[in-house]
Amino acid sequence: MAKRRATWLALALPVAATVALAACSSSSSSSSSTSSSSAAATGSSSSGAASGGLKTGLKVFVIPKQLGNSYFTTADSANSGGAIAALNALGETGQETSGTAATPASQIPAIQAAISKGANALIVSATDPTALCPTLKSAMSRGIKVVTYDSDAPSCRSMFINQASTADIGTTEVDILAKEINDTGQIAIVSAAASATNQNAWIGYMKTELKKYPKMSLATVVYGNDDPTTSTQVTQGLLQQYPNLKGIISPTTVGIAAAAAVLDSAKYRGKIALTGLGTPDEMKKFVADGTVKEFELWNPADLGYLAGYAAVELASGKIDGSSGQSFTAGKLGSFTVGADDTVLLGPPFVFTSGNINQFNF
Amino acid sequence: MPSFRDRSLPDLLRPALRWETGLAVVVILILVIGSAASPDFLTGNNLFNLGLSNGEVAIMVLPMTLIIISGEIDLSVASILGMASALLGVLWNKHWPMPAIFVVVLLVGLAAGAVNGLLVTRLRLPSLAVTIGTLALYRGIATILLGPNTVSDFPTAYTNLGVNAVPFTGNDMTYSTLIFIVLAIIFGVVLHATPFGRSIYAMGASPEAAQFAGIRVKRIKTILFMLSGLICALAGVLWTFRLDTAVQNNGLGLELNVVAIVLLAGVSIFGGKGSIIGVVLGVLAFAGIQNALLLTNFNQEATGIVTGALLLASVFLPNAGRWMRAFRLSRT
Amino acid sequence: MRAVLSPRRQQRPDEPARRTGSAALAERVFRIRESGIVVVLAVFVACTAAVQPRFLNSANIQFVLIDTTVFALLALGETLVVISRNVDLSVGSVLGLSAYLSASLFGPHPGIPIVVVFLAGLGIGLACGVANGFMVAAGRVPSLVVTLATLYIIRGIDILIVGGKEVVAQSLPNAFLQIPKATIFGIPDLAIVIAVVIGIGAYCLRTFRSGRDLYAIGSNPEAARLAGLPVGRRVFTAFALSGAIAGVAGVLWAAQYGTINSTAGTGYELQVVSAVVVGGVAIFGGSGSVVGAALGALLLSTISSALYVLGISPFWDQAIWGFLLLVAIALDQTITERLTSALRKRRTRHA
Repeated sequence: MAKRRATWLALALPVAATVALAACSSSSSSSSSTSSSSAAATGSSSSGAASGGLKTGLKVFVIPKQLGNSYFTTADSANSGGAIAALNALGETGQETSGTAATPASQIPAIQAAISKGANALIVSATDPTALCPTLKSAMSRGIKVVTYDSDAPSCRSMFINQASTADIGTTEVDILAKEINDTGQIAIVSAAASATNQNAWIGYMKTELKKYPKMSLATVVYGNDDPTTSTQVTQGLLQQYPNLKGIISPTTVGIAAAAAVLDSAKYRGKIALTGLGTPDEMKKFVADGTVKEFELWNPADLGYLAGYAAVELASGKIDGSSGQSFTAGKLGSFTVGADDTVLLGPPFVFTSGNINQFNF
Repeated sequence: MPSFRDRSLPDLLRPALRWETGLAVVVILILVIGSAASPDFLTGNNLFNLGLSNGEVAIMVLPMTLIIISGEIDLSVASILGMASALLGVLWNKHWPMPAIFVVVLLVGLAAGAVNGLLVTRLRLPSLAVTIGTLALYRGIATILLGPNTVSDFPTAYTNLGVNAVPFTGNDMTYSTLIFIVLAIIFGVVLHATPFGRSIYAMGASPEAAQFAGIRVKRIKTILFMLSGLICALAGVLWTFRLDTAVQNNGLGLELNVVAIVLLAGVSIFGGKGSIIGVVLGVLAFAGIQNALLLTNFNQEATGIVTGALLLASVFLPNAGRWMRAFRLSRT
Repeated sequence: MRAVLSPRRQQRPDEPARRTGSAALAERVFRIRESGIVVVLAVFVACTAAVQPRFLNSANIQFVLIDTTVFALLALGETLVVISRNVDLSVGSVLGLSAYLSASLFGPHPGIPIVVVFLAGLGIGLACGVANGFMVAAGRVPSLVVTLATLYIIRGIDILIVGGKEVVAQSLPNAFLQIPKATIFGIPDLAIVIAVVIGIGAYCLRTFRSGRDLYAIGSNPEAARLAGLPVGRRVFTAFALSGAIAGVAGVLWAAQYGTINSTAGTGYELQVVSAVVVGGVAIFGGSGSVVGAALGALLLSTISSALYVLGISPFWDQAIWGFLLLVAIALDQTITERLTSALRKRRTRHA
């Protein structure tokens, strides 16, 4: 019987512990909020006169979709001249943090931890346009400035740093491919996940631009899920399903790399044109042997750099992100906030065999 | 020879309790080291965030425990969560009233679990293989339901569970934590203090003996899978409201985390051993470690190594006692 | 009354596997099971080709065969482990680690012979497999837990080492990238090599004592131990081989895709287990063949390819895949049960 009682006790203990923890730490919740606001206060009180009246000593967290992704490593790190380089130049403390799975479940704890650690500003590439909103809104309600870059969460940030205009990306992709196939023929799109907002937006503009080329038609859109195996298999499926395919657009770096590997054979090279969004390092081989003639991207380091400046401008109170305001971003020059509180980095950059070797990312 | 029904409950629990004590020590260590390393660790705000991020996984761990103790496994849990979330989104888009949506979503969860259970018990297919198949099937159904769309206009009355704490608890307890505590108590009572619970242990330890003892193994296993489906559908609803987002890849990949926590809790993968106490401690340990590592600027890329090391400890440490005894015996 | 046949006692190491009459009944069962998968495969291919004849053109057959090679190799290693009533969930992480580390050798050492790179991959995989095998065999702890843990640990090590870097196609020599593309009479060289390797594996498993011991261990570990079989050593070897094979598969993965970062191989473990189960290897050990597992991998690749070639709405792909997987598993189980009861009836009839 004593054993039975011991069993119940043992069962009750962890439950009681959880409840007790919750209860007694409620007294410390008030102290935690004061500590975070005092952190913000120290941030502003230790402000020196940085260039243009910007505060220094701010704590800024850079939260990409996932760690271990070379695109984001280039965009964020100090060595490549990305976001943390900008933050360091301005006298702030920049730190990169995120999960490793590129899902909201993996990214949200990192955002929460950044808030707990007294962030003054967050620079986030959203794994999902809406799933992060409860967390980001909670950050904003504490006075933390939220800037999104690369991938937006439209209703829960002060500003979005867009790499290039959505319309520009969509239309130029089609124009590049049209030029390569003489405005004639059937094309297909190898996209990322079916629910990827960026890609879906670009594809929307691609379909509109295609109307300008009556002799070109879109056979289908297939989804590679940003996974090399799936991207390879959907590309292979395309080749069988549409034997008259003339061109493929893949507006995602994983997709274009996988499609290029499939097309990189005597049978398809030159017969099926391939373009899309790719990183120069990954594409160098395929441009050198002619599988891909031209493709686009932007400089991720510049994107991160601009986001760093934007975040500091916001956190220093110089701008609040509404359209019409402008600010200077160091070596990149001056920028004006456009519609939807979005800042455009610039037009997409076209990589060709002529210029690709100048780039190392 | 004593049958399973003759063995007293504490006898079944005793081997498990040793790992639980060790796990409790681990949890206390995490608390101590975590709060020493970061002043933000033991704050109410942080505990609230912990509850938010881990609530649904913790809830899914409970039925998984029963399934593993009974000798099976259910890898489709995250996909049932995703399917429930997608269904919630689709029906909301069609302007169904929310109570009706709840009923339908939970029923679909039950049905999904029933499919798992029937395939395992009637067709006698191995649950590891079956639930890998239903993992893909249910995620696929979620994709068919929602396609590329995202639903994110749920009423704030519901999405507030991702923002506000339960009233009267001092601003720190999330709704999902409360639900977890309530369910843990219910599952604990059922598993440790009812004949139903004892039958689960029995069939995990030896399905044939349990069958001969009159335990309706097939029926109970089907019930357990249905329970898992129901609870995972509930977790899907909570997840969707917390993130105010229904999208086809909600919960992608969570099944391995759920299994890892159950194993960490000292539940034997062979069946027949384990306890709810251990599971609660396992949830605290798993969530606590990840959170502590995040707050202390530990290299995020290495958290997987810590999780894996804990898992290894969970199988080697209990056996360490056995080895020492065997070693000592061989010396005499 | 004829003595109850025990297939293993009857079989002699030098006896060819194909004999009627007195041949081991188990041999027949296995071969019939494998032909069951072949039938399913043939029917599936026929149905798909009827709707879309281009499914069977040489280019697509090459694609499917190449896509299968990595999984067929992983299935070979996994079968050895599963037959002994264990499971190896770390194969995806081992593949990823091996793919990056071996392919990254080309960058700083441009002239390195490709064979050395393969050996490096094999070595990395072997090291991981040895660690798994040691823990499972010496520690006598459940392999599902151990390999789940090493799945996390090895992936974590991979992420730490790789960080944000990646190996790109430009740093890999053409000869390496052409390995998956070379063909003889329209059949990829690689597919032929893998088929030979699988054949060798099947032969070793069937004829050598160490191979047959794995079946015995899987059927009844305690009995095997009491019978004096070196259980620990056999299980250790199975895991070591599984790791080594995953390591080589990693190098092939690198050759196939050309771009390798820290996510390579994520999620592969569940697919490999599916292939093995579909291929007729019992998840509880004791029966199954590597040929069946390889055919299982081929069937799953074929289903994938068919879904994409048929142009079924991409949103339906995963559900159909899951459904077909369940059908394949259920079919295999039904076939096995029918066969076992038919064999039992035949034995009692002849007794």
